[in-house]
Amino acid sequence: MTTPTTGSNRVVTATSKQRRIGDSLLAFKQRLSDGDLGSTPVVIGLVIIWVVFQILNPTFLTAPNLVNLALQCAAVGTISIGVVLVLLLGQIDLSVGSISGLAAAILGVTFVQWDWPVVASIIVALLAGAAIGAFYGFLYTRFGVPTFIITLAGLLGVLGLQLWVLGDDGSINLPFDSWIVRFAQQMFLPDVVSYIAAVAAAGLYFWVTFRAQRRRAAAGLGSMHITETAIRALSLLLLLGFGSWYLNKDRGIGLMFVLFVMLVVCANYMLTRTKWGRSVYAVGGNVEAARRAGIRVNRVYISVFMAATTFAALGGILAAARLAAANQSSGGSDVNLTAIAAAVIGGTSLFGGRGSAWSALLGIVVIMSISSGLTLLSLDSSVRYMVTGAVLLLAVIVDAISRRSRAVHGIA
Amino acid sequence: MPIEDLHVVEEVPVFSLRGVTKNFGAVKALQGVDFDVYAGEVVAVVGDNGAGKTTLVKILAGDHRATSGEVFHQGEQVTIDSPADARELGIATVFQDLALCDNLDVVANLFLGREVGDMALDEVEMEQRAWALLRQLSAKLPTVRTPIASLSGGQRQTVAIARSLVGDPAVVVLDEPTAALGVAQTAEVLNLIERLRENGLGVVLISHNMADVQAVADRVVVLRLGKNNGEFRVPDVSYEQIIAAITGATDNAVSRRAQASTEGPQA
Repeated sequence: MTTPTTGSNRVVTATSKQRRIGDSLLAFKQRLSDGDLGSTPVVIGLVIIWVVFQILNPTFLTAPNLVNLALQCAAVGTISIGVVLVLLLGQIDLSVGSISGLAAAILGVTFVQWDWPVVASIIVALLAGAAIGAFYGFLYTRFGVPTFIITLAGLLGVLGLQLWVLGDDGSINLPFDSWIVRFAQQMFLPDVVSYIAAVAAAGLYFWVTFRAQRRRAAAGLGSMHITETAIRALSLLLLLGFGSWYLNKDRGIGLMFVLFVMLVVCANYMLTRTKWGRSVYAVGGNVEAARRAGIRVNRVYISVFMAATTFAALGGILAAARLAAANQSSGGSDVNLTAIAAAVIGGTSLFGGRGSAWSALLGIVVIMSISSGLTLLSLDSSVRYMVTGAVLLLAVIVDAISRRSRAVHGIA
Repeated sequence: MPIEDLHVVEEVPVFSLRGVTKNFGAVKALQGVDFDVYAGEVVAVVGDNGAGKTTLVKILAGDHRATSGEVFHQGEQVTIDSPADARELGIATVFQDLALCDNLDVVANLFLGREVGDMALDEVEMEQRAWALLRQLSAKLPTVRTPIASLSGGQRQTVAIARSLVGDPAVVVLDEPTAALGVAQTAEVLNLIERLRENGLGVVLISHNMADVQAVADRVVVLRLGKNNGEFRVPDVSYEQIIAAITGATDNAVSRRAQASTEGPQA
């Protein structure tokens, strides 16, 4: 409002016209130059990584390697979804790796040693994860201890729990013929189903978007031209269809990866389309404002911590299933930091309030691509850690710069 | 002039505080303050730092509970124990820091905590109602789908005031709404305040800025050291009289400065 007012004869101008495709591109360009980058840098980065590795080693983009890559992403990616949720609140969970290890241990002990049905084992492991999150949430909301410290203590404490649950054995193998192991290692979408799913997803996208836009247009609000909706749906169809066709040349799309993507889609829906998701962003953006708006802030914290630790437990179950074993190093080593790095590399801000569930998917694909590419080049984990560290640093720098750029453009 | 003759519009005040006292330990922030707000009027609360303006606002908003005293709503005694009580009684408060979420867009901020929609958010309905609210205030925003972070100070104030109207309140309390604004933006906000009055709302305006008070207020309530120290109808009162009531003396720093500057050239 830079112009002085002239009284009550001013009218609000709702942009009731339909957006043309050119307008959408222009708006996108404007967002980028304002420093509102979203997931653009990570997509560009991913393309560069793939091109470079493909040049260095032509096996990188072959179907067998990509099939494996997808399977590798699922477990840690699932943990990363939970990390995204916590980061959106401007908090951190350093113990997701330990929690995933504990879940693996619970699965191993109850399913293999105590002969529980696998579903019961999974449910108990998930409940254990949720209980830890509830405890974190209680500590944070009751005593105001920084979550950095709470979850650092959790990292050690839960690791201890994991070792205690495993007991003297230290390592428990899951039977290869069990459902959970076959699900993680050998189950793939049948070719036909993958194509049907691609068509269904694109069709659903078109139908939902078209209906929403028609309703917006009817309400006199700015809306997307049907051509743009169609182009988007078609792009989605091509992407999914081509991806399915390419992976189907080998074993196909692993069910575990499908589960991971579906979890991302669900989390994204919860975050963007529900009151709960709105309150998560509000608390991450301005806690005091959220509190004054009548949002029960403590419930948001506790629910997010519970969701995050449950995702971590589920990731641990998937990892154990893929490895067909639960042992003392389950969830150890770099799982913790990979999950957190994936969320940040994917474009979720460490400062809270900005990011999306998709960053878990994008970030983990970047990290696993680097890992797979370097393995193909016969470089060992020393190089892998250093390169991943550098990429993480780059992602955080991009986050900080875009934040500063938003400040310069007055939209911090 | 007896206070009963001062109000502008109707007989029964929407809200009426009688003998309100608020102590913070040994500190007496308010001592037996009376305060009325009527529908369709702008009442300004002025006073020096520490006069108790903010305490009064917080009692109305339900942030503080009065130590003693009575609150009447349409003549009936009520209690305001929490922000939820205040909201239910129809008091909406716009605090000085606005309490907006910078990362959310205008629509999300307007409906924060009272989103429309059962399972999924009804964005179309909320966006339509957002435009309707802004139209009601004759406020102009280029888009309601931009994050608050990209708006100017005046636009943010507009959003904060529009948000106070979402719950259909009877009284809107504005705490220093123009404190951080430029000249043009201040004019915009003063227009909004007049728009609220035209819509039949009672407006409580806390301000340090006498120019703003004289521009939009119908009535001025002066607090000094936690007590009522005068109540004036704006058309009948001069700037100097208000200042005298605020500082508690006709001979004060402000009047001496004024005198010095008028006498200055002759000396």
